[in-house]
Amino acid sequence: MSAETSIPSDTVEPTPTSAGAYGPDNPAPVIEPPRARTSRSPKKASRTNFEMWAWLFMRLSGIVLVVLVLGHLIIQLVLDGGVSKIGFAFVAGRWASPFWQLWDLGMLWLAMLHGANGLRTVINDYAEREKTRLWLKTLLYTATVFTVFLGTLVIFTFDPNIQ
Amino acid sequence: MSTATVENNHSAALDTAENAASHLITITLRVRRFNPEIAAEASWVDYQLQMDPKERILDALHKVKWEIDGTLTFRRSCAHGICGSDAMRINGRNRLACKTLLKDINPGKPITVEPIKGLTVLKDLVVDMEPFFQAYRDVMPFLITKGNEPMRERLQSAQDRERFDDTTKCILCAACTSSCPVFWNDGQYFGPAAIVNAHRFIFDSRDEGAEQRLEILNDREGVWRCRTTFNCTDACPRGIEVTKAIQEVKRALITRRI
Repeated sequence: MSAETSIPSDTVEPTPTSAGAYGPDNPAPVIEPPRARTSRSPKKASRTNFEMWAWLFMRLSGIVLVVLVLGHLIIQLVLDGGVSKIGFAFVAGRWASPFWQLWDLGMLWLAMLHGANGLRTVINDYAEREKTRLWLKTLLYTATVFTVFLGTLVIFTFDPNIQ
Repeated sequence: MSTATVENNHSAALDTAENAASHLITITLRVRRFNPEIAAEASWVDYQLQMDPKERILDALHKVKWEIDGTLTFRRSCAHGICGSDAMRINGRNRLACKTLLKDINPGKPITVEPIKGLTVLKDLVVDMEPFFQAYRDVMPFLITKGNEPMRERLQSAQDRERFDDTTKCILCAACTSSCPVFWNDGQYFGPAAIVNAHRFIFDSRDEGAEQRLEILNDREGVWRCRTTFNCTDACPRGIEVTKAIQEVKRALITRRI
């Protein structure tokens, strides 16, 4: 099927060699496959649709975030005098309305989960060792839960009369 | 009289040969060579060759193997783009050596030839294809039906055949899978070629195993790891729209699960 013949040649050596002749007593080094795919590996797969939902969530949240984030940026940075208007009073005024509370809450949750899921896939793609994956993901999930919790707490417990 | 004719023919043949020789150009073939019995590391080796620009990379490799260094190792079988044995990385892109003409890839500069990425190199341009074929076997690339076998052949309308026509063209050369950055970083990913061959049966009206195959590709290492980088579509020597096929499998999964 293939021209895999290798004619032993004493005269031509592609690389400078220091190793001796290999034979039955002195075998050539075995090349370990980096990540062998055994007959077991696909079968232990989880029977959930998690990856599908994660993929779908990325697409849908992305569309919603375009509206939320661009709207947020225009309100904060362009309309009514731009960035100079932002202060404690401005934030307090906005969060007096449940609409803006919901807007910011939606933006916080979607952006955090969207970003966290994106980083999860990056970790899955690039972290090769199991331990590295575990630690990076622990760090990622802790940071995500903390930020989402803190942000949600502030949105709902915000006191405009705080001294 | 006859002698003259022979002489005329002879000189004409010589003329042709001389003209042909004037078409030859000097190219530098830079091959990534690796022999674990000689050195632990792979290294680049340059070969200066006199080649016709209308010849192929495979001809250049043959010239090296047959005339310069018989230890050069590579796979090729049919040498005409059908068997899919000689996929390799030529000037940084996955191509079939037997379908790449020298004149099409700037013979003025050294032409680099490497083994395809993401699979273990065994020697020179030969890689271990087992992980690739394991993924192929995992998607069950054969007809699955229920019930008794029909007495006549399984008929199909032209429209039904057209539905998966693109993915029947795959020759399993691994150019797509070994161009996929997700596969480079994690060889557990099924890879584009396996998904293309699953697509070929999932969308076949005569096949009844679509649900099983979709379940397999719904896996952590299945279609959802595709990042739509389109490397596979660019690499395919048969012009299969690989990324489109993967997206169609994703869509089939979503519409069946929701």
